[in-house]
Amino acid sequence: MISIQNVYKWYGDFQVLSNCSTEVSKGEVVVVCGPSGSGKSTLIKCVNALEPFQRGDIVVDGISLADPKTNLPKLRSRVGMVFQHFELFPHLSITENLTIAQIKVLGRGKDEATEKGLALLERVGLKAHAHKYPGQLSGGQQQRVAIARALAMDPVVMLFDEPTSALDPEMVNEVLDVMVQLAQEGMTMMCVTHEMGFARKVADRVIFMDQGQIVEDCAKEAFFGDLSARSERARQFLAKILQH
Amino acid sequence: MNYNWDWGVFFRSTGIGEETYLDWFVAGLGWTIAVALAGWIIALLLGTLLGILRTVPNRWLAGIATCYVEIFRNVPLLVQLFLWYFLVPDLLPEPLELWFKQDLSPATSAYLSVVVCLGLFTAARVCEQVRTGIQALPRGQLAAGHALGFRLPQIYKDILLPQAFRIIIPPLTSEFLNIFKNSSVASLIGLMELLAQTKQAAEFTANLFEAFTLATLIYFTLNMGLMLLMRLVEKKVAVPGLIAVGGK
Repeated sequence: MISIQNVYKWYGDFQVLSNCSTEVSKGEVVVVCGPSGSGKSTLIKCVNALEPFQRGDIVVDGISLADPKTNLPKLRSRVGMVFQHFELFPHLSITENLTIAQIKVLGRGKDEATEKGLALLERVGLKAHAHKYPGQLSGGQQQRVAIARALAMDPVVMLFDEPTSALDPEMVNEVLDVMVQLAQEGMTMMCVTHEMGFARKVADRVIFMDQGQIVEDCAKEAFFGDLSARSERARQFLAKILQH
Repeated sequence: MNYNWDWGVFFRSTGIGEETYLDWFVAGLGWTIAVALAGWIIALLLGTLLGILRTVPNRWLAGIATCYVEIFRNVPLLVQLFLWYFLVPDLLPEPLELWFKQDLSPATSAYLSVVVCLGLFTAARVCEQVRTGIQALPRGQLAAGHALGFRLPQIYKDILLPQAFRIIIPPLTSEFLNIFKNSSVASLIGLMELLAQTKQAAEFTANLFEAFTLATLIYFTLNMGLMLLMRLVEKKVAVPGLIAVGGK
């Protein structure tokens, strides 16, 4: 579904990604973790071309991002993305947030889009808030709406960029529950997150990044099970975040 | 001060038919509003376009808009008006020049000059406000628009501008009032708007203080009314739960 092939990226002279390669197959859940500044958010943003990269290629559902002829808006409309800061559109009601892209990008009728949006809103447990505005919801609720908004586009893959990092601790679980449910239903997911509980529960693979490089890329069982086989850097990282 | 105030002067006949001096003020107010509104339409449309250009990821387009702003913001309004009225017509192709100088009535040619002048001058200021409004939004809004498959023009139209305009309503209101006040420069090229009518009435009647007091009151009331109108607009478009707007 996603094939990342020898991707390099620089901001000026500063190298952010260095020879990154990995695959995410259909139905697979891959968690990307690593210290801040390791390039994990940048990597996931490259997958739907929100960030350009200078070398290598990323192929999403058979479409090459490096190909200048690729219709990027069209590709992005099929790749769902959930942001750290939700990025709902504050001037639109929850219903409008869920329908605007369906109507204006996919060309769906208003009734069809509303029906779809409300069904997804019910699925994330927020149907009663349909008429409200994002500013009237809590962070966790906003993030669940953001997930529903991405799902409304019928994406072939979902990208999560630290979806729980900006949330109050109390609200983390309500968002993770939605993500777990999604994973169990067979959605292809690539998640940048530090929620190792989530990784343990539903991830198929874990990627560990450091200084712009993919240091570890292995099955969940191996990643959490056999620490002695991990790199020094990954061990340090895990020791710090798994302590508590 | 020893002065005999005579407020009855406004109801006295000017000697032309039934006309009173008050009618001059009413006619002047009409021109003032006509100049300001037409200028504002130009300023708002052009200013919005330029403000957008200053934020797009294209160095050339942004550069053009920046040049525009610097030129129109850094030359005094009155100098610009004289350029538009005295110089620019001479630079037009001959048929247009003759049309402007001979076919149009003096009032119409002065009106056109001042509308273009105020519109383009104010556009530079509107541009800066639109730009700051857009730049005040979180970067993620643009990213979210892209991520959902929107194209850049759609992102501006449906996501960025509706938010940016809500943020800039207060400074935009000031600009809207400014164009009404700035329209008084038209009196210097002979357009009989409110200030020109006031000066004329003052000279004809010798009731200078009454004339200028009335003009002051008219400008003040007009602008207060516009300000209240804009407050209503601001309330009307306020989004529940959005702190940047409405000032709850």
